Formats: sequence, C-alpha cells, structure tokens
Amino acid sequence: MNATKPSWFSHSALALGFAFLYLPMLILIIYSFNESRLVTVWSGFSLKWYGELFRDQQMIDAAKVSLQIAFMTACASVVLGTMAAMVMTRFRQFPGKAMFSALMTAPLVMPEVITGLSILLLFVAMGQTFGLFQERGVTTIWIAHVTFCVAFVTVVISSRMSELDRSLEEAAMDLGANRVKVFFLITLPIIAPALASGWLLAFTLSLDDLVISSFVSGPSSTTLPMKVFSSVRMGVSPKINALATLMIAIVSIAAFLGWWLMAREEKQRQRDMQLALQQGG
Amino acid sequence: MIARLRKYLPGGRWAVIAPPYFWMLLFFAVPFLIALKISFSSIVIAMPPYTPLTEWVGDTLQLKLNLKNYLFLLRDPLYVNAYLSSLKIALISTLLCLLVGYPIAYAIARLPAASRNTALMLVVLPSWTSFLIRIYAWIGILKNNGLLNNFLIWLGVIDEPLKILHTPVAVYIGIVYAYLPFMILPLYTNLVKHDHRLIEAAYDLGCRPWQAFLRITLPLSRAGIIAGSMLVMIPAVGEFVIPELMGGADTLMIGRQLWVEFFNNRDWPVASAVAIVMLVLLIVPMMIFHHYQSKELEGRLA
Repeated sequence: MNATKPSWFSHSALALGFAFLYLPMLILIIYSFNESRLVTVWSGFSLKWYGELFRDQQMIDAAKVSLQIAFMTACASVVLGTMAAMVMTRFRQFPGKAMFSALMTAPLVMPEVITGLSILLLFVAMGQTFGLFQERGVTTIWIAHVTFCVAFVTVVISSRMSELDRSLEEAAMDLGANRVKVFFLITLPIIAPALASGWLLAFTLSLDDLVISSFVSGPSSTTLPMKVFSSVRMGVSPKINALATLMIAIVSIAAFLGWWLMAREEKQRQRDMQLALQQGG
Repeated sequence: MIARLRKYLPGGRWAVIAPPYFWMLLFFAVPFLIALKISFSSIVIAMPPYTPLTEWVGDTLQLKLNLKNYLFLLRDPLYVNAYLSSLKIALISTLLCLLVGYPIAYAIARLPAASRNTALMLVVLPSWTSFLIRIYAWIGILKNNGLLNNFLIWLGVIDEPLKILHTPVAVYIGIVYAYLPFMILPLYTNLVKHDHRLIEAAYDLGCRPWQAFLRITLPLSRAGIIAGSMLVMIPAVGEFVIPELMGGADTLMIGRQLWVEFFNNRDWPVASAVAIVMLVLLIVPMMIFHHYQSKELEGRLA
C-alpha cells in the first residue's frame, strides 16, 4: 500500500490502539514504586517492593530455572526450526510433506491445555514402557517447550528464506560448492538476523509459558510463571508490580537495541548502495 | 565400499528432514494418540491413575474400549455448557479483536514505509513481556476498588463500583488485550500489499470512502482476516489463565474444566476425553488455518 496523507481516522486509530496496549503497563510500572501495600492507592514513592522481590528466594530460584530452560529451548528450537524452514521453503515433494507442514503449523494455534496434557501422558507412558522420564523436571519442560517453539521459529525463518534471492545459492552451486557448503557459507550468513529473532522469540515464549510447564514439571522445578501465577491467585501484590517493571524494562531495552542495530545496518546498506551506484555511473 | 553403502542409506535430504520431523511426530503427534487411548480407560487409584486397555484373559488378548468418559461428557450439562460457552466467548472475543485490530493494522499499513516497522514493533512489544503480567495489570484496573472504578466514582459517573472483574466482560477484555497482536500481524501483512491506486480509481469513479473500503479493501483482505481470526479463536477456545484469573466462578470454559479434572480431581481419563473432544471441535478451524498458512509459505516457493 502506498503511503498517502494519513487521515484523522488513521491517527486516532493508532493513538487509541497504542493507548489501549500501553496504559495498563504504564499503570503497572507507576504502582511498583508505591509505598502502600494496596495496589490502587498512592501513598508515596518507595523502592521497598524491589527489595522484597530480591529477598524472595523462591522467586529468584524460579527465575533461574526459567532462564535456564528458556536458553536451552531457544538454542534447540533454532536448530530444528532452521532445518524445518529449509524443508518448507527449499525441498519439493517428498513422501509425508503434507504431514510435515501440518506438524509445523498446528502448534501455532493448538490450545496449551491440550498440548500440555498430551505430552505429559506421553512422558508417563514412556516412563512405564522404557523407564524414561521417570523424574519430571527441567528436561521434560525443555522438551515440551521446544515442541511448541519450533513451529514459531520455523515461521520466522521460512518467511526470511522464501524472500531470499536464490541466485546467490545457485551461483555457488554452479561454481562447485556442495549443498552443505552453500548452506554454511551463503544461506546461513544471510538468514542470521532471522535466526536471531527466532532465538529471541523462542526464548520469550519459553520464559512466558505457564500452562504446558504446569503439566510437565516435577516437584523440584517451579518456573517463574508458575510462581507468579500462584501468587496472583492469592491476590494482587506490589512485588509482582516490581517484577513486571523489571521485565518491561529488560524487554524494552533489548527491543530498542535491536531496533537501533537494524536501523544502523539499513542506513549502512543504503549508503553502500548509493556508493556502488555512483561508482558504476 | 562406502560408496556402495551410501546407495542404501537415505540421502542427505533426509538428514535435514528427519530431525524436526521425528521430534514433532514423537512429541506432538504421538501424544494425541496416547491421550485418545487413555480417554477410553477408567480411573483407578494408582500411578499412573488409569487402567490398561488390553488384558490377557487366558489365551485371548482383550481390548476394552470404555466409552464411559465420553458418555459422561455428553450427559453432564456442565461439560456441554462449558464447550458451548467456550465457543461463544472465543467467537465474541475474536470479533472484538477484529474490530479493534483492523483499524490499527490499516493505519499502520498506511504509514510512511520508514515508520511502519517501528509501529509494528510497538504492537508486538507488550507480548514479549509476560502474558501473566499483562493479565495481572488488568486485574488491578478492573477490580471493585480498582483504578477504573475509582476514576469513574471520582468523575461522578457512578456512585457504586461496577462489578467488572470476575464477569464475562473481564474475560473479553483479557482475551482481546492478550491476543490483539496475533490479529494485527496477519492483517497488516495482507493490507500492506494492497495497491492504493485501486482505491484512488474508485474515488475517481465517484465512490465514497466507506464504499471503497467495503467493496475493495475488505474483500481483498479476506485472507488476512481469516488467518488473524483463527490465530485468536482457536487458542481462545482452550484458554485457561484468563477465565481462571479474570472470570467468575460461573465463567465456564472448557480449558478450565480440563485443568480441574486433571489437577484437582486427578481424573486423567476424563481430562483426556475433554481434550479429545476439544480437538475434534477445533479440527476444522485448524485445517482452515493450515490451508492459509501453507499457501502463504509455499506460494512464495518459486
């Protein structure tokens, strides 16, 4: 769509939309600095809830478990997701391709309670039959998270791969490079930004998951969302506001850095292109 | 020797296909078969808490398919109502999401190219923070003594606080807020590809803006509307966290019912049957989604 003069309609749609998305977050942040225990009455500026948050050893342990699982999930999902994206965008027919693509899109929409329950039943059945996964915990949560994250990572990477100019790969192939070499020397560097965003997406999805983790966790592996959920169920607490503010701050900083790096790279690319054009002319 | 062996080994292609394929078959497809199997067994007090389906009696292997769980779901009005009310809540929230999301997606698609990505990032950014925390934010706003009620009382619009939290309205707000980015992204991807000259031509031929929208933009964005709606509706049917935290005790949703059967009643066979029935209800919407999603991916495969 070509950019046209934005109308009052567009302006107000954007203003209202962003207000709807960001006002609740803003309120959350403001009240994290509230002195009072009551989340809705302002009684003065204080950092005490941050102090309480960092003294909550259970919360910190849960955060460690979650970060560890999210890191392992993101790494495995990017490896499997890149393979799946290759298959979806580069491979023509093979027996079972329809099934393959169904397996890669269904997790995008599958209700979490169904995925969580079913994979737990698998772990239990494997425990009975092969003696595997007797102890549920970090490993079972990791497997379950990778299973739903791969689908999201595959979407991100395959949309980048299908936009990619194939002539580079074909040229390398004509010059005698085999497929493996072409992948590592040509394709991989080009899709690297998509791998990075896929990694981050899987990391945040895993860090955020409550339902699937609740089904497949064991007694010694409480994740951060499980801890937050049980404390929100008890009622609102400014400690959760403090935690929310920290999360929002980290995500915003990461997003800003990513945006800034991309913008810089884009500027550099345009400058290079102009330079090349001038030299050519 | 190795060269001769290679002929019998699967090709390099399969080295790429096999790992993700095997992973998803084992951890995504097979679990549904196991859930199907357990939905035909009965509950026992043991670990695992269900009976095996097959049994050796003398020389014969007996297969017992217990339909009790399905009959239970059919007969107990609680479950029938929970399925119906989940579908209703999911449909209404999807419609609301569309009404809120479409103008935003449209406005972003009409921004100058340079600011589109920034606007999109701002849409997605909240979903990178925690889902639970976004729901928690609304609890603080909608509570009886929450910000919205305090604000309305201060304005003098109302004297008594409105009960919003723990009602279906709160569930709608929660679902729309949490799933909005999933509606906006596919709509934007579709709308940004439209050729604005079509609209200009319609204006030149005397179309009013809303006529041009109804006759050109809306039909052209059908694929985006369907993809976005499926991305919201299907997971919303099985939503657990939002009805649990924002709905009332009487807000029936099937995801919540499954959770109760599994965690509180420890009835794994009934929980499996609930999941299987939900899966059957959702299979058509999922196939529609898959159709549009794979067209999107494979359409670009030259």
